[in-house]
Amino acid sequence: MATDFNCFVTKESIEGDGETDGPLAGTTVAVKDNISTAGIRTTCGSEMLADYVPPYSATVVDRLTEAGATIVGKTNMDEFGMGTTTETSAFGPTRNPVDPERVPGGSSGGSAAAVAAGEADVALGSDTGGSVRCPAAFCGVVGIKPTYGLVSRYGLVAYANSLEQIGPIAGTVEEAAAALDVIAGPDPNDGTTRDLADVGGADPNASYAAAADGDVDGLRIGVPTELFEGADERVVETVEAALADLETQGAETTEISLPSVEHAVQAYYVIAMAEASSNLARFDGVRYGNRAESDGNWNESFAETREEGFGAEVKRRILLGTYALSAGYHDKYYQKAQDARGRTLKRPSWTWT
Amino acid sequence: MSDTSESTDAAEADPAAVDAEEVRHVAELARVRLEDDEVDEFAEQFAEILDYFEALDEVPETEREEELVNVMRADEVELGLTQAEALSNAEETEDGFFVGPKVS
Repeated sequence: MATDFNCFVTKESIEGDGETDGPLAGTTVAVKDNISTAGIRTTCGSEMLADYVPPYSATVVDRLTEAGATIVGKTNMDEFGMGTTTETSAFGPTRNPVDPERVPGGSSGGSAAAVAAGEADVALGSDTGGSVRCPAAFCGVVGIKPTYGLVSRYGLVAYANSLEQIGPIAGTVEEAAAALDVIAGPDPNDGTTRDLADVGGADPNASYAAAADGDVDGLRIGVPTELFEGADERVVETVEAALADLETQGAETTEISLPSVEHAVQAYYVIAMAEASSNLARFDGVRYGNRAESDGNWNESFAETREEGFGAEVKRRILLGTYALSAGYHDKYYQKAQDARGRTLKRPSWTWT
Repeated sequence: MSDTSESTDAAEADPAAVDAEEVRHVAELARVRLEDDEVDEFAEQFAEILDYFEALDEVPETEREEELVNVMRADEVELGLTQAEALSNAEETEDGFFVGPKVS
């Protein structure tokens, strides 16, 4: 490789099943470093887990290797997924292969950059509030956040359980869809996964790869007007050019309204930080993770371990999440955020305008 | 974070009024130690972020009709981690146990 974009935290391989002629035979896959790989350290981009070696692999990793894919390494990320630039990693920033002077987006910046730089055919990221879609867009590749419950989170180091999903990043829609076919599906180790056979209106034998045939003739595409407000002019132009392309190929585009976006970002931040403050309480230096040299009691030892192990952004979110859940503020922030979320689910999520 | 009993009941106060003492209090609840300059920095940033969250005040109380069902499986014995695997990432172990910091 000509240039080192710092895509990987750890470059170690897990060979795919060589006997199989599975859908990903011969495909190389880079895996975000918050997805557990048995025997290969999984750092979450954090000093806290710099030496953590999982004793088991995430369901998605097993599914990839069973389908013939070879894992080529663990990709860099914003610490615990908290960021949109891949600059908060304890292992240094990742550079954007399109322009090394720019950030690759985040938090799955290493995954998107690995695909863009040709260091892997496909990559896995995780997306809580844009962490697959943002870096894919920044690096000029394709990223999908699957519908919640479609892909198992077993083995994903938790940040905000009720929001996050593992999703594929690839050079083309077809390749991303083929990877999604492999990783999607119910898992007894993740009770939030759904069997499509139990979902009304869903096709249990759906193939995303087969659906990505490039034929958009007669397709009706809703374009949410709210998302254009305040967007960068160049982004608007690019999206509009893509819409024009789709229309040329026979698709129909219609403006729609997505009223739920009004409070979506605030609600997302409050919920994600609240869940993070609970999830990251597991890092106390006793069962795994780095522990500070401390003569203090367990309260002091935990506090010093977290002072040393976490970066500023992680501390900030833990504290804000703790604040939003604390007595006197729970109703004001967390309850209201859940109300906003409930309204999104209750109201029609969009309307033709 | 379950330790909320000692929190202040200050939701009525000016939302932007986050002082250093409040940051220290939350850091203590979360068992995260902060440097003095971090405390001041966070107090300033929190005021800004909480101000942004004020928009949530407009959201009406919403009845959430969640039709949640428990996901259960038959209680069958399965292999889990071995003791050696479970201890393999611990900083300090003794006779097959984790060694934690002193209690007091």
